[in-house]
This record gives sequence, C-alpha cells and structure tokens, in this order.
Amino acid sequence: MKISYFPGCTLKTMAKNFEDSAIASLSFLGIEMVELPRWNCCGTVYSLTSDDLIHQVAPIRNFIRVKEARDTRVVALCSMCYHTLKRANKLVKEDKEKLDKLNNLMYREDVKYNGEVEVLHLLEILKNEVGFNQVSKKVKMPLKGLKVAPYYGCLLLRPPEVGFDDPESPTILKDFLESVGAEAIDYPYETECCGSYNTVVNVNLVVERAYDILSFAISQKAEAIVLSCPLCGFNLDNRQKEIKEKFPDFKSVPVFYFTQLLALSLGLDEKVCRFELNFIDPRPLLKSKHLIGGV
Amino acid sequence: MEENKSVMKKEEKTQPQKAKMISLYIMGKKYEVPEGSTIMGALEYAGYQLKRGCGCREGFCGACATVYRTTDDYKIKTGLACQTVVVPNMYLAQIPFFPANKALYDLNELEPSISTFQEVYPETFRCVSCNTCTKACPQDLEVMDYIQALIRGDIAQAADLSFDCIMCGLCAARCPAEIVQYNVAVLARRLYGKYLSKKGEYLKSRLKEIKEHKYDKEIEEFMHMDRESIKKKYYARDIEKM
Ligand code: SF4
Ligand code: SF4
Ligand code: SF4
Ligand code: SF4
Ligand code: FES
Repeated sequence: MKISYFPGCTLKTMAKNFEDSAIASLSFLGIEMVELPRWNCCGTVYSLTSDDLIHQVAPIRNFIRVKEARDTRVVALCSMCYHTLKRANKLVKEDKEKLDKLNNLMYREDVKYNGEVEVLHLLEILKNEVGFNQVSKKVKMPLKGLKVAPYYGCLLLRPPEVGFDDPESPTILKDFLESVGAEAIDYPYETECCGSYNTVVNVNLVVERAYDILSFAISQKAEAIVLSCPLCGFNLDNRQKEIKEKFPDFKSVPVFYFTQLLALSLGLDEKVCRFELNFIDPRPLLKSKHLIGGV
Repeated sequence: MEENKSVMKKEEKTQPQKAKMISLYIMGKKYEVPEGSTIMGALEYAGYQLKRGCGCREGFCGACATVYRTTDDYKIKTGLACQTVVVPNMYLAQIPFFPANKALYDLNELEPSISTFQEVYPETFRCVSCNTCTKACPQDLEVMDYIQALIRGDIAQAADLSFDCIMCGLCAARCPAEIVQYNVAVLARRLYGKYLSKKGEYLKSRLKEIKEHKYDKEIEEFMHMDRESIKKKYYARDIEKM
C-alpha cells in the first residue's frame, strides 16, 4: 500500500530521526510513505481567529497538492502538522463560504479543493490499517523489560473532534508500546501540556513543566519517554539541559519518537533510528537492556 | 529576404509617424504611442527619460520592474517594462528602485544550514504560502516554493528554483510577510555554490593550464573572429555535465 506523506519542516531539519525511522518501519510493514512532490509548511499553529483566513491558506494549499498527487489521504507524523492540517480541513469542510474564499485566493492553482482529502496521523495507520496485533507479529526483538512512559501532549488528541483517542485517558501509545513488547508506565501527566512554543520566550515555564512531567514519570519507574511531536520532543528532551541547571538532582531520561522504538523492535538497522540525534543519548539504556549491540 | 527586412526597418526608423498609434495612460495622463511598443518604449516615446528603472533592455538585468493594469481586469499586473508590449488603454507606471532589506554577511563565516537563514533573514519564516510572490514574478519562477524550500532547510532546491531570478524586486513588493525573496535566494545560491554544489574536478588543472598560457593562442584567434564564427563556436561548446 502507498500513502501520501506530509513531512513538515521539523522532520526535514531537527527531527530526521523521526522521519527516517518512520519511513523504514512503515516500508517494512508494507506501507510506502510517498512524500508529496510539492508541499509547504502547514502553518505550524492552527489559527483560532475566525476571520483570519490567510493563515488557513497554507494548510489548505497542501490538500491541493494531495489532489495533484492523485490521492485522497495524507499522513502526518508531527503532532502539530497533524493538528493544523486536520483542523483546517474540518473548518473548510464545514464552511463552504470560507472554502470558496480560499479557493478564490488561490486562483492560480489548477486544482480546486472541495474537501476531498482525509488527514491521518501515523499512529492511526498503525492502529487501523496495519493493526497493532499485526505489528506484534512482525516484531523481531520485543523491547522486553523496557519501561516507557507515553506522552501525548495536547495537539494529538485535543480538541476531541480532531483527536483520534479519548482526550483524557488515551490508550493508543500504551497499545503501541505493548505491541512492540515494551512496558507502558501509567502516570497522570501524559496529556499535560509541555509548554509548547513558550520554549522560545519563556524557557523557565517550559523547564518547570517538563520537570514535573518527567520526574513524575521517573517516580513511576519509567526509564524512557515516548512521544510523537518534535516540539514536545524539544521541550522534554533538549530542555533537560536547563532542567538539570535548575534542579541539580534531576536524573536525565531518554526521550524517543515512537517510530524509533518501532524500528528497533522490527529488527531494522539501528542506523535508521538515528539515536545520535536524540539529545539525551538513549543508547546506554538500550545497551543495558541488550536491545542494541556493544557494551 | 534579408534585404527586404532591412529596408522595412529603415522605413520604420525614418517614418515612425506611420505606425498605428494607440492611447494609454502614464501615471494617469493620456498619451498616444506606437502600437507594438514595449512599455519602456512607450514611456520614452511619451518623453520620459529613464535613468533608473532601466538597464539591459533585453529582459536580463531586472532593472525595469513595472506595475500596470489593463481595462479588462481589476488586477494590478506586474512585468518587465522592456519585455511587455503595450495594449490600448493600459495604465502604466515605472518603479525606479526598491529600497529592500539586504543583509551584510561574510560568506566564509556562514554555514549552509537553516540556522543561517534564521539569523540572517528571520522574516523568511513568516511566509504564509499565499503565493502572491509567484503571481508577481515576471520570470515565472515558483517563488513561494523556493521560500518554502528554505523554511525546511532545503538550500539546494531553493538555489535551483530561484536560479533564473533577475532580482527585479516585484515579489518583495507584493509579499504580505514582508520577505525580500530575491535577497534570501541570493544567499541560498551563494551557500549552495560555495558549500554544497559538486565541485568540477578539472577546475584546478584548467586553472593551471591557463596560467601556463595553454589557451593564449585560442583567445587571440577569438579576438579576430567574426560574429557568426563566434556564435557557431559558442553553440558547439562543451557543456559541463552535472
Ligand atoms: S507544524 Fe512544524 S513541522 Fe509541521 S509543517 Fe509546520 S512548522 Fe513544519
Ligand atoms: S523571484 Fe522576485 S526578484 Fe526574482 S525575478 Fe521573480 S519577482 Fe523578480
Ligand atoms: S508572497 Fe510572501 S508570504 Fe506569500 S507565499 Fe510569497 S513569500 Fe510567502
Ligand atoms: S487580504 Fe488585502 S484587504 Fe485583506 S487584510 Fe490582507 S491586505 Fe488587507
Ligand atoms: S531593462 Fe533589463 S530587464 Fe528590462
């Protein structure tokens, strides 16, 4: 099976480890993710201002690109891309006047958008198209004994009409972790916000939030965190540097993209995981669990 | 045939008044100009002396950015004054100069990565994908796409898509995100050329040969060649394979 894939900018820059591990894993599972030949940044943040149509142009133009690629479905990996695309899509599907206005602004495009495209997150593909039980069957190296805390953040599941799981007590990452043989840790902060873009203007706020989230997970015996968003990733992984400065007794904890754990469990070449791009190096942990080679 | 043509040309030159005239508006004032003129020709015919906003007159230098409107359309159109032919009742104006932001940098100190653009031209990341720049470009470049390529750090693609940019300024004049696309693109092409492009293996040896006067004789021959032979040689030249 083939599916059109919208990478988003971060997967092409900061989060190559997310992209490479996803493409390799999905191809192993029989799904070819075909990057849209032409795409633009989704706009990053969904605009909540009802008459701010200019910020809906970017997401909607990508749906024209999906149509140009002769597809009706597009998969995103970054939670923010997923959220922005899905929500903008919902907006124009429900508001013909806005859709007309946007099409009119994009009069130079050969194709008009009429709401034909469906936006999916890769986790949905794993759950509904591949099936977690099928994933289990393909697992070559179960991540036995690895205790991982799922972290959903806000954008994947909220608001409920764009999310694909219970926004308050989701299970999709837990189900995923179990399908690859890891142990999912239960803790109350899995859907707490990490502070998001405050990381640019108010580092301290993010540091405090990330500290709360991570230390609670660690107190529940988590050895690692798993997530699906490069921005959450930046706040929970890279910001551990600042966390350590503020809370010297904080013990660092590796943060994975779910696709890195997937690739590892499927027995793919460790290179596709690009662990060297994770801020907190997860390799010592993986070695201690005999999940990768070396001492 | 050749002769006839030159005769016709002579006639045109000596009796311009015989050309069919059309009327149009330059900065709101009505003028009669010969049909088939370019916008630049029309402006000069009407008595404007172009010192700025005019250069090669061949569509290469990008100095002659212009905005105009035709009566059948509400849209403000853009083009090169030296390349766009006038139509009746057109509204014309010439843009002499764009005071666009141009960063100063030392290429030797820059990295060919997205962080360079975040520092040197941070406004690039404000692009909203409206495509207004592409609509304005007289070179038919995918301006939005080259800006978008840079937003995701793809310097090679930006360099490629912007290769034919003539720095006319029209994209920047229309951009709601106030990006100066052509200066951002120049930076992309410079970084690409210096750090990313495949280097021609033979460049060093060729430079050595030049220093050793290997081509002096050939150059001397060129100096005395007629136009046609030079043309022939030009089209038959070896082109580097990428
Ligand atoms: S949300 Fe982030 S990663 Fe996704 S396209 Fe937009 S800027 Fe790029
Ligand atoms: S990209 Fe901009 S500056 Fe370059 S030719 Fe097109 S409109 Fe002119
Ligand atoms: S005009 Fe400006 S904002 Fe619009 S697509 Fe071009 S660069 Fe982006
Ligand atoms: S689209 Fe035009 S009229 Fe509307 S806000 Fe932008 S500049 Fe103003
Ligand atoms: S005068 Fe050089 S492009 Fe028109």
